[in-house]
Amino acid sequence: MKSAVIVFPGSNCDRDCKVAIERSTASSVDMVWHQETALPSGLDLIVLPGGFSYGDYLRCGAMAALSPVMAEVKAAAERGVAVVGICNGFQVLCEAGMLPGALLRNAKLKYICKAVTLDVTNTQTRFSTGYSASREAVMTVGNGEGNFFAEEAELDRIEGEGQVVFRYRDNPNGSARNIAGIVNGKGNVLGLMPHPDRSFEGELGSADGALLFQSALASA
Amino acid sequence: MSKTPTPDSSAAKAAPSSSAATGKSMAEYAREFGLKPEEYDLVLTRLEREPNLVELGVFSVMWSEHCSYKSSRRHLRKFPVTGPRVLIGPGENAGVIDIGDGQAAVFKMESHNHPSYIEPYQGAATGVGGIMRDVFTMGARPIALLNALRFGEPSHPKTRRLVSGVVSGIGGYGNCVGVPTVGGETQFHAGYNGNILVNAMCVGLADADKIFLSAAPAPGLPVVYFGSKTGRDGIHGATMASAEFDEDSDEKRPTVQVGDPFAEKLLIEATLELMACGAVAAIQDMGAAGLTSSSVEMAGKGGLGIALDLDAVPQRETGMSAYEMMLSESQERMLAILKPGREPDAYRVFEKWGLDAAVIGWTTETGRIVLTHKGEIVCDLPLGPLSDDAPLYDRPWVQPALSPRIEADAVPAPADWSKTVLDLLSTPDMASKRWLWEQYDRHVMADTLADSATAADAGMVRVHGTRKALAMTSDCTPRYVQADPYEGGKQAVAEAWRNLISVGAEPIAITDNLNFGNPERPEIMGQIVRAIDGMAEACAVLTFPVVSGNVSLYNETNGVAIPPTPTVGAVGLLQDYDRRAGYGGLKAGQVLVLVGASTGELGASIYLRDILGREEGAPPPVDLAVELRNGLLVRSLILDGYTRVVHDLSDGGLLIAAAEMAMASKVGAMLTLSGDLPDHSALLGEDQARYLIALDQVDLDHLDSAAEAAGVPYEVIGQAGGCELAVQGRGGLLFALDLDDLSAAHEGWMPSFMDAPV
Repeated sequence: MKSAVIVFPGSNCDRDCKVAIERSTASSVDMVWHQETALPSGLDLIVLPGGFSYGDYLRCGAMAALSPVMAEVKAAAERGVAVVGICNGFQVLCEAGMLPGALLRNAKLKYICKAVTLDVTNTQTRFSTGYSASREAVMTVGNGEGNFFAEEAELDRIEGEGQVVFRYRDNPNGSARNIAGIVNGKGNVLGLMPHPDRSFEGELGSADGALLFQSALASA
Repeated sequence: MSKTPTPDSSAAKAAPSSSAATGKSMAEYAREFGLKPEEYDLVLTRLEREPNLVELGVFSVMWSEHCSYKSSRRHLRKFPVTGPRVLIGPGENAGVIDIGDGQAAVFKMESHNHPSYIEPYQGAATGVGGIMRDVFTMGARPIALLNALRFGEPSHPKTRRLVSGVVSGIGGYGNCVGVPTVGGETQFHAGYNGNILVNAMCVGLADADKIFLSAAPAPGLPVVYFGSKTGRDGIHGATMASAEFDEDSDEKRPTVQVGDPFAEKLLIEATLELMACGAVAAIQDMGAAGLTSSSVEMAGKGGLGIALDLDAVPQRETGMSAYEMMLSESQERMLAILKPGREPDAYRVFEKWGLDAAVIGWTTETGRIVLTHKGEIVCDLPLGPLSDDAPLYDRPWVQPALSPRIEADAVPAPADWSKTVLDLLSTPDMASKRWLWEQYDRHVMADTLADSATAADAGMVRVHGTRKALAMTSDCTPRYVQADPYEGGKQAVAEAWRNLISVGAEPIAITDNLNFGNPERPEIMGQIVRAIDGMAEACAVLTFPVVSGNVSLYNETNGVAIPPTPTVGAVGLLQDYDRRAGYGGLKAGQVLVLVGASTGELGASIYLRDILGREEGAPPPVDLAVELRNGLLVRSLILDGYTRVVHDLSDGGLLIAAAEMAMASKVGAMLTLSGDLPDHSALLGEDQARYLIALDQVDLDHLDSAAEAAGVPYEVIGQAGGCELAVQGRGGLLFALDLDDLSAAHEGWMPSFMDAPV
């Protein structure tokens, strides 16, 4: 099993993602600097971590989406490699056009950091099979722009095609239809605002995030 | 002084000797820059000539209260600064303690009071940035932040805007850099209407044998500047922070710096990488007084000299004068002295992180700081008078007037207990501060065990990759210090120690942030002297040395000083974080035990102030020997596995401790008061050295023998269960309140205050 975490200038959950994967699975984890033009070979999982890539200047994730390494991430996704974007990573995936929708300022216009309970609305994706029994997960959010938005027709479409994976039970930021995480049409690219990388051991408040990494690497 | 003392740049550019251009004498400039006439005379004596404008600027910031500690230094010497775990005490950028296994914790607290009042967002943000730089400059990765905030009364027209700005600034900076904010305290009092306090603390983790210092080790080494470019922001910030405010304070906004947390994040990674590659001989961040203090300190501590070419300084704006460059407090900048020939390694790191960098000078043997700009020498000063030989005052002081003790029967009992309990839980100081700490990232780095959302008396973070954890807290009870600076000083230290004990940590050391008014007034100086005396005694008895600190004086507006506020930031160590305690795990059926003796002191209590509107009375005295004895017993009960539910008693006494424990645990409790004390002093008295703990019935025998062996009094005070908090007084049931009602009162105040329509 082999994973990579992409590091942009301003990423601040890169180490968290590495540690979370290492402690949840048997995968090795390479750190890949954003200026790389090639990814390590044989990757099973690519993670875009949380943080403030490029200081959130211009628009969250907008500049990171144009980093050299992103062309390789896109190509890998097209080949079917699993890609997870967490928090700022989710924003980068939307900016890069790899996921539909956008993340807007939170409804109350404030950064919010708290534990959230998620309903796992699709346990059939390659990222969520581990939640088949519980169908719920506790993780924490920490974001100022986590308010998921898409046009109504787009929302109908992704809901209809089972692309909504996680929903907030108590919506913290105004996200459309309580959406916390979605996959692309092919089902191999996941973006979510809550942090599985901060919820992978009981003493951190929840170990539910470990199931996400275990699911993603289960078939590797 | 009423105007920002920044000379127009034409005069500055023409320095060294054209004060004639503005018609002002150097003595007049000196006064504008905050130097007293006698201090300017001292400059003339030391220099044996008139300084030019650049030199005068350098003198004025180095001799400012903020940089020189000229009023407090004599008294700070009373603090114990050594101990078995102290690796580096005060005098460096931050203190360093040994946490075993070759690891060290590096920490410090610092104020950003004056700038935060003038421009709350940037003032608070750059306060967080500055304290992090102090920590990573020593080679430590910042792993936790705390903040101690004091605002004016809620009804004051500025308070809400200041709270909103400060909180956004702290979050905006710390969240982006990616260091969790795990604790702090927030209080409101009319005494801070004109001067809020923003004290930020940072804790970092380093290898004990890889600590970096600022002293230049040898002459002839390159001095490299890296980080953000230098602009015209923050000029004379240190001087501004060393003066009182008046009606024109808002005009000082240009002296407030502007922060860029993204630049700080890059700077942290670049600095740690630069250190790891072995290129750094000495390093210093550019904080207060920027390039001036960093270069003077590095050369001065090394007993060397320094020569800088200001044309090489990366500049954000065109046409900057030498004066502006030396006095700028632009943020996110570092100065390092490299080992010989290591420039290429350094530049590789700077390029990777996209940082501006330049070799701007060399260390010399001259003992002088020599600055060149546009081919001219614009400053040539001996280093001695700037730092070691700076003015040192023994300011006159008077014994503070002490508030007399109040007997319990001079304090009326609540007429309506239920209403009083709900009122107490929802006063500005006692209400939940969820509204603000939910805006701080408390979980980044994925090692947070306890933060503001956790029912525990201290924040806790894992020492990454180990079973160890650091516990940390920030404490001060200004109303006690106001009533009796000596006892209040002791109490601030004792409460910090108690909070660390309450989570099961070994208290190790403190950083202090002394916030007071104008030290030139003997009654204020008296507060400073006596508070330090009290703190020093507590530190000595509790073996809790001071390893770093900061002094913020002149917190006054129009002659009215803040309540004396010596904030204590403390750090403790847990060897195994599985053996930690909090107060949220109360289980039905457990027995509640009050550890320590109660005498029912209501002087300077929350009940007296917030319910009865009386700010009077002596604070509860702190018996340090008792504090030590009681605390060590409680910690042994935690480590030996007899209790995991512990809350120290502080503001609001037993009642508040029990209510907080019950609310957090979502388990009710019935307390039964049985002693000789009147009900209200038993419940609301704030006697020190006490803890509320919960044990299983079967462990009471152990408690009894352990307490007897330790000589610690205790009292079985109640039982957990149900969904109400109820208290049986000596004459019958005082109240029985549903936990949901308690929580609603506790959580309701802050959002209703902050989100109310304007």
